[in-house]
Amino acid sequence: MEIGCTSCAGCGLESCSGCEEDKKYIETEKREIETPDNRVIFTKEMKKTYTLLAPTMLPMHFRLFQEVFRKNGYNMELLENEGRKAVDCGVKYVHNDACYPSICVIGQFIDALQSGKYDVNKVAVIYMQTGGGCRASNYVSLMRKAFARAGFSQVPIVTINIAGLEKHPGFKVTVPMYRDLLNCCLYADLMMTLRNQCRVREVKKGQTDALCDHWVKKLGKEIWDGKMKYSRVKENMRRMAADFALIERKPEQPVRVGIVGEIYVKYSPLGNNYLEEFLYKEGAEAVVPGLLDFMYYCVYNNRLDFELYGMRSDSRLIWKIVCNYFEKKKNDLNEIIRERGVFYGFSSYAHLLELAKEKHCVGMGMKMGEGWLLTSEMLELCEMGVSNIVCCQPFGCLPNHIVGKGMMRPIKARYPEANIVAIDFDPGASRINQENRLKLMMSNARK
Amino acid sequence: MDWTERLQDYCKLHSGFLMGLDIGSTTAKIVVVEDGKILFSKYERHFSQVRQKAVELTQEAESFLKGRTFTASISGSAGLGLAKAAGLPFVQEVFATGQVVEVLEPATDVVVELGGEDAKVIFFRGGMDERMNGSCAGGTGAFIDQMATLLNVSVEQLDELALKHERIYPIASRCGVFAKSDIQPLLNQGAKKEDIAASVYQAVVDQTIAGLAQGRRIEGHVMFLGGPLFYCQGLRDRFQQTLKLSDEDAVFPEYGRFAVALGAAFYGTGQDARYTYEQWLSALENAASVSTKTEHAQPLFEDEAEYAAFLERHSRAKVPARDLEGYTGKAYLGIDCGSTTTKLVLIDPEGTILYSYYGNNKGNPVDVVREHLGVIYEKADAGLTIAGSAVTGYGEELIQRAFHLDGGLVETMAHYSAARFFNPDVDFIMDIGGQDMKCLSIRNDSIDSIILNEACSSGCGSFIETFARALGYPIAEFAKLGLFSRNPVDLGSRCTVFMNSSVKQAQKDGADVTDISAGLSMSIVKNALFKVLRVQSAKDLGEHIVVQGGTFLNDAVLRSFERELGAEVTRPAIAGLMGAFGAALFAKKLNVETSSTVSAEELKTFTHTSETVTCNGCTNHCPLTINTFFGDEKYVSGNKCERGGLLALGKKPETAAKLPNLYRYKREKLLKLKADRGEGPYTIGIPMSLGVFELAPMWHTIFRKLGFKVEMTGFSDKRIYTKGQYTIPSDTACYPAKLMHGHVESLLEKGVDAVFYPCLTYNYHESNATDNFYNCPVVAYYSEVLNGNMDSLHQDGVKFLYPYLAVNDKKQLAKGLCECLNEAFGGFALSAVEGAVEAGHKAYEDWMTDVREEGGKALAWARQNGKRIMVLAGRPYHVDSGICQGMDQLIESLGFVIVSEDCVSNLVTPQKVNVLNQWVYHARLYNAAKYVGLHDDCQLVQLVSFGCGLDAITTDEVRAILERYGKLYTQIKIDEINNLGAAKIRLRSLVGALEEREAKWR
Repeated sequence: MEIGCTSCAGCGLESCSGCEEDKKYIETEKREIETPDNRVIFTKEMKKTYTLLAPTMLPMHFRLFQEVFRKNGYNMELLENEGRKAVDCGVKYVHNDACYPSICVIGQFIDALQSGKYDVNKVAVIYMQTGGGCRASNYVSLMRKAFARAGFSQVPIVTINIAGLEKHPGFKVTVPMYRDLLNCCLYADLMMTLRNQCRVREVKKGQTDALCDHWVKKLGKEIWDGKMKYSRVKENMRRMAADFALIERKPEQPVRVGIVGEIYVKYSPLGNNYLEEFLYKEGAEAVVPGLLDFMYYCVYNNRLDFELYGMRSDSRLIWKIVCNYFEKKKNDLNEIIRERGVFYGFSSYAHLLELAKEKHCVGMGMKMGEGWLLTSEMLELCEMGVSNIVCCQPFGCLPNHIVGKGMMRPIKARYPEANIVAIDFDPGASRINQENRLKLMMSNARK
Repeated sequence: MDWTERLQDYCKLHSGFLMGLDIGSTTAKIVVVEDGKILFSKYERHFSQVRQKAVELTQEAESFLKGRTFTASISGSAGLGLAKAAGLPFVQEVFATGQVVEVLEPATDVVVELGGEDAKVIFFRGGMDERMNGSCAGGTGAFIDQMATLLNVSVEQLDELALKHERIYPIASRCGVFAKSDIQPLLNQGAKKEDIAASVYQAVVDQTIAGLAQGRRIEGHVMFLGGPLFYCQGLRDRFQQTLKLSDEDAVFPEYGRFAVALGAAFYGTGQDARYTYEQWLSALENAASVSTKTEHAQPLFEDEAEYAAFLERHSRAKVPARDLEGYTGKAYLGIDCGSTTTKLVLIDPEGTILYSYYGNNKGNPVDVVREHLGVIYEKADAGLTIAGSAVTGYGEELIQRAFHLDGGLVETMAHYSAARFFNPDVDFIMDIGGQDMKCLSIRNDSIDSIILNEACSSGCGSFIETFARALGYPIAEFAKLGLFSRNPVDLGSRCTVFMNSSVKQAQKDGADVTDISAGLSMSIVKNALFKVLRVQSAKDLGEHIVVQGGTFLNDAVLRSFERELGAEVTRPAIAGLMGAFGAALFAKKLNVETSSTVSAEELKTFTHTSETVTCNGCTNHCPLTINTFFGDEKYVSGNKCERGGLLALGKKPETAAKLPNLYRYKREKLLKLKADRGEGPYTIGIPMSLGVFELAPMWHTIFRKLGFKVEMTGFSDKRIYTKGQYTIPSDTACYPAKLMHGHVESLLEKGVDAVFYPCLTYNYHESNATDNFYNCPVVAYYSEVLNGNMDSLHQDGVKFLYPYLAVNDKKQLAKGLCECLNEAFGGFALSAVEGAVEAGHKAYEDWMTDVREEGGKALAWARQNGKRIMVLAGRPYHVDSGICQGMDQLIESLGFVIVSEDCVSNLVTPQKVNVLNQWVYHARLYNAAKYVGLHDDCQLVQLVSFGCGLDAITTDEVRAILERYGKLYTQIKIDEINNLGAAKIRLRSLVGALEEREAKWR
């Protein structure tokens, strides 16, 4: 909406004395002070000489992604510093009301920069940005402020996003790279699913993790060698599933516990206080929907903008094609998981959308944060018979007020056996409180 | 069949001899049962000595257990670590409670269980469902303890008081810290302790209902368990009355305190193991020696020598003092009536201290001042003249009126003058008092910025004191304990409620009292530095840092502070008295001819009574306290406006000229719109909340054009909130969102055919300079929460319309609305809807133009009349009188003309920002800040809703913009708390700083 002109102050009416007064006032008074631009550009030169530091949100996924970037000339390194120290560092440099994931990620970065391990004039950091209506899309600006305060304002911040934010000449994810990253995501989603279904039941302790290591290395080499044709990828996935199927598993099915939530605390052990490990120790089988789903959700929302609001009419065909591409991949993934009859997979996207639409929990238009996907995933898990669910969110997460905590009641109305526990993560939230709630969920699960 | 028979049956079926141990956050309980009889039971505080207490309790039951084998298990939040270390069976406490109900009271529908720090509600009907308090919901038993401390009574006395109450005050029920900031002003205003006691209980009840029931009603056969409910009759009454339960339906079993322990005993019968007394005891004893895993910090002092050096350094910051007896001449009295303590200082003209007092105000500061003024007059010779007096602090007005003091000043200014007296070069002052934290940074001899703690991180000093008492130590001794702790526990740096659970964790891991004491001191400091100040190093604060306030008298806190900053600071020996000292200096500066302070003679006839009334001057319905001094001098407190004060005294408020106030203008405009209901076959209800505040003219016009009768709700108040609080699923959502539930209930009561609140991902596209034009997730999608959690929206005859619409695109909007209305009612032609949308858009634009024009007039008026201008920058819904809590009236009363952010945001070219500028309401804030930066006669106060995640981003950016222009930044966090005290300090400090700046320029 544009009313009035910008010079005469907007009210648009000639008779408005306030504006006239104002004009005079501005002329005689202060000059505007520009906001200093604090962006540091990642140049093409830097690509050759800089180390790109990346946080570890999902260990297996990111190890593979790293190989894609290395192959394409970026010297990427995953951060392995963890624990209280990284979080404390975040608390120190990030606004405390900012959400927990930003505190963790920024803390991890700054802790690494301060460690002396890197030449701070020869590193850049890289992060994934979604660009939606949730505050998480502002991580980069929080990060810049924190870096400046910590004395690292020279460190360029590069983001991967599909919203076209923050461009850098030295960093470009090309279409083949996106394709490779997507394939890596398939690999890692598969591995995560297989690992979860084997590890807690393995007869020989450590066998599953050893196999994971083996495959991460093997796949890393293949990526490096450029063997990323989809037929090859599928073949590898089949072999991986075959290898995992050979792991000897205890016959009884452990209690299954689904994990959903805000993307960072859902996956990152640093963010969720090692939730998967906790469940493993409790003897539960974690059921974690893959990262591909989140990517699909981000892509699909562009289609929804057209369907609901008539926006993006010129690019809608492209988004449709991309969605279909994702759907095909997911179906392949599910097929490979299921084909041996040993492992169980997840729903197709078509079904996930149907769940969202038909169960009338949350509208498809809810596209901030994890949006409708989070509710759909809870419904999907219930439908799969995984009625024990941990819903993770940073303390005070706005979208999760709606799609997480706000939808528990409607979900329970549809699946009375649903046993959902919402866990808030926060630098101050003590583990005992979280564990106590998880224990309660587990007690109910075992009943 | 009663529970004893059921217990017998159970024992017959399962184990004849069973034992349960429940170790909660503050207490430990044991039960031994044989053949359906409780042989032995004990309930004791464990003072964080978890393992020892478990061993002790077992030993006390020795005579019952020895020589037998029994089944047993452990439960409770602090029991988990113990059970793990001892290799004994453990059962989660809610689960244990469930077992008790199943066995002993199978007809129960709901269990409400309050423990030391946990609150639980368990629903048994319609799918078992358990709720525990989240990390923000604060304690319950601990909360009552804390409140009793605040009132200076024991928990038993608190209960007795509550039984005699006459009225209930609204007290925020979210967490202890909030409640405290509600109670404190009531105390300072002289409200009755009886009423406050009952209000504290009511707050616990409200919290249980709002925080835990989360969309389910607590009804049917309800069982109440846990220590606080067993001991506090008043609390039971509040629960029963609030939940409207009959005597049959409210069950308060005699085993209430031991229920979890009983549950643990029942759980034990399902385990294979049986134990002998010796086996059980040795398992516990072995556990007691297992090493801990809590994270530890460096000790505060390596040895006594280091401590001595530290003390020596700080002892240098002294103030001269002399004896009051024998002194003749002029003296100046300064009083600091703080939130929990009252301080008095009497000085001679040179600043030498003649008399000082520092002590708890015991719930009634008036008494304390009277007593010590008496002491002064008694000690002093006739030659002493009180030549001036002044008071600062929460109770400023009350004390000034009571004792006829010559002046009053805001705390921040008092502290600054005291610190300056001390160290003329001071450039940073940090004051941590009982409940407030004040930080002043000084530049060019004037206050440059003021940082006060928000309600959520306050409670610092009194928190540590309450904790000390809970653990059974006087505060001074408790603080000393920490000085030489070898393994201080790391308790995090968030609000005090979180610290409670961190302490729980440390206790679980076997930390002892010294470690906890040191840890608490460290976390108070971390809280101050990283949460309130958000600094990285001493450099950020200044070169000459003065710390003061009672909390800094604690050497452990001071040491942690220096340690965290990596710098040495000055702590005056009178750290706790600085406010009073500053007030005394101010009293001297007042230079009054003769002081009006009550004389020794007058003091003898001093009386003070207080009564409470409700103001009916406007919809705020403030609870007022009328204080009467000397039998006929009346002083009204608790009022938010002068009008209320006058009305309460039976005087007629003048209807004299008010200053232009855009908030009021918008409210009046909205009320006019609401009154225009029209007629039609269908009534559509629109809740006046969140995005509606701005889009109301559009929706109203559209529906009127389409032939609907339009019913809107009015502004929010506590009553509306209470109506909907049963259905709020997320207790940490922002207050404006939570109010939605009540507004919807109000509409349904009015019998509307449909409730309309659309989902709007995108807002109006107001400016091309922004990155996007989103609404925040809560404004955009709160309907989804209402739909999922409010059964009343699904009753027959009511439709809930919440289509996803694009308000910025007329064609799409018409299409979406038409579809939605046809599905709900049928018979709407697209062309008709398009016409209505066209009119609606125009109405909206006219509305905005009118508001901006009015804003322009207000600015012009202010400039013509030489008034200060306040840009009260928030979001559209902050004009709701129930949300902004009279903030605009308060600012108006300080002499500001008030305009809203949207009136100035388009008067400047768009502000460039370093954040992703993608929310329409928030983008206006940046532009408004720029406007204020460009105009010397404008100030900006930013209103922030508690729990608004987006504001973590906007506040920093708005502050940065203002500071680039050399402007003061003031932020006020608003919530359901009904307390203007903290806001008043901020605003008056702002005015004080402005005045100093102006004086300098002159």
